[in-house]
Amino acid sequence: MLVENIKLCITGLMANKIRTFLTMLGIIIGIAAMIAIMTVSDAMNSSVMNSMGSMGADKIEVFIMQKGYDETTSREMKTKDYFNDEMLKDLKEKFGNRISGIALSKDIGSSRVEKGKSYANIQLKGLNPTALKSENLTILKGRSISEKDEEALSKIALVSDKYVEKLFDGDYKAALGGEIEVLVDSKYYTYTIVGVYQYIDGGISAGFSQNDISTNVYIPFEVAKLQVDKGDLYDAFSLKAGEGTDPDVLCSEVQDYINTKYYEENDAYESYAYSMKAQLKQMNSMLNTQKNAFMAIGAIALLVGGIGVMNIMIVSITERTREIGTRKALGATNNDIRLQFIIEAMVICLLGGVIGIVTGLIFGMAATKVMGYHGTASITGILACVLFSMAFGLFFGYYPANKAAKMNPIEALRYE
Amino acid sequence: MFWQFLLHNARVPERERRERAEMLLELVGMKERMNHTPDELSGGQKQRVAIARSLVNHPSMILADEPTGALDSATGRIVMDLFHKLHEENGITIVLITHSNELAEETERVVTLRDGHIITERAGQRYAG
Repeated sequence: MLVENIKLCITGLMANKIRTFLTMLGIIIGIAAMIAIMTVSDAMNSSVMNSMGSMGADKIEVFIMQKGYDETTSREMKTKDYFNDEMLKDLKEKFGNRISGIALSKDIGSSRVEKGKSYANIQLKGLNPTALKSENLTILKGRSISEKDEEALSKIALVSDKYVEKLFDGDYKAALGGEIEVLVDSKYYTYTIVGVYQYIDGGISAGFSQNDISTNVYIPFEVAKLQVDKGDLYDAFSLKAGEGTDPDVLCSEVQDYINTKYYEENDAYESYAYSMKAQLKQMNSMLNTQKNAFMAIGAIALLVGGIGVMNIMIVSITERTREIGTRKALGATNNDIRLQFIIEAMVICLLGGVIGIVTGLIFGMAATKVMGYHGTASITGILACVLFSMAFGLFFGYYPANKAAKMNPIEALRYE
Repeated sequence: MFWQFLLHNARVPERERRERAEMLLELVGMKERMNHTPDELSGGQKQRVAIARSLVNHPSMILADEPTGALDSATGRIVMDLFHKLHEENGITIVLITHSNELAEETERVVTLRDGHIITERAGQRYAG
């Protein structure tokens, strides 16, 4: 019975292909827009979440922040305001296993190293073993910085493959054992290259020309400390939460502990800690809200499409008044007529929805490819759109179908 | 195709629908045009199809409002003969509305109306005497 109706319906729709297509167009565009937005948003969001997540959801960043927001507490930082080695030792003792490592870095500065016509932009920094480990560098040639180097305070350095490309013409053999001389703030720093690591573009360098990308040059942490002012004072460090420790809980505990013990009497500064995990959660929910906002805009297009369907159905029904009258004369009940037109509306919307989904996916995938993200199609999203378009058909078809159903057969038959 | 969905509403099974449609169309002499669309038929042919359509649910009575009005005399004749056949062979009552006195005389009973009132009522000439 239902199948009959659907078959009849399709015959009817095929009879006037152009009108059917134009009716569907609104739905097609609405659904396509929503699917495309959803695909692109999902791809962007998961890309952002992934790169943030790879930084370690168990990390806690701690840094020095000004107490209060007004000018009265604002002054330059003094020695007593900084974090120091003793504080960190204390922290490690206090929290024991709950902290699996403290990562520290000392930046000497950024500079441009030149050799003849070639140059390379670099950032000279010292990372302590924990920090170096979490950089997850792939050593291409030579070796990384070791504990022995730290103890011996050897003036050695780890450079990127990009650096070797630019200044040693890609000759790794020549680079190892070679010297690197860096000028920062009119001071020269010289080191021996012991290893080359692989530079991975994190996407931040998008927009900069390949030639000007700045890569890091790593030196032993203890060496860096000696070579700069305030070498053993830190304004920030990060903690890795131990196994089984909740970063959020640890985070607030650490902050409270440091502030109570070291910054209670400090007039201008205090510590502030935030956990990556909390950041990720926040970012995730923000991205989702954004995605929903965009989809709502797409839904507006869908709404307009639905109204279009209702419009055409009303016109169509008026044109088919005599047909309706004849059907009733032959025995069709009001329900039959209503069903006939609701099915017609639903079929139009369903077909439009399917075409829209396909179109939207094509656009979405193409867009994500162009933007360089990974495109995935969400099955639940697609199913939701299918159901949604059918519901639309039902909703927007109901009023016209009802009108048709209530027609007086005699008046209908008389209609010219 | 048109047929099928018309009969579909009277909850008649598929095969019976087709058979009945064929039979009725044959009765009115339109069987060859069974699969044509309405715009491929002439006025007279459409009228004959309409008559077949009115017979679909085994009516005991047919109301025919100016059935030959738009038709030429030959086609009109075919229609009238059909009505006679249905009446005489199948016992169907035909109520014919017409402005033509000639056609009126072909019926058993002629009721004359003017401005909504019955003026006369008598036997038609075809059956009189």
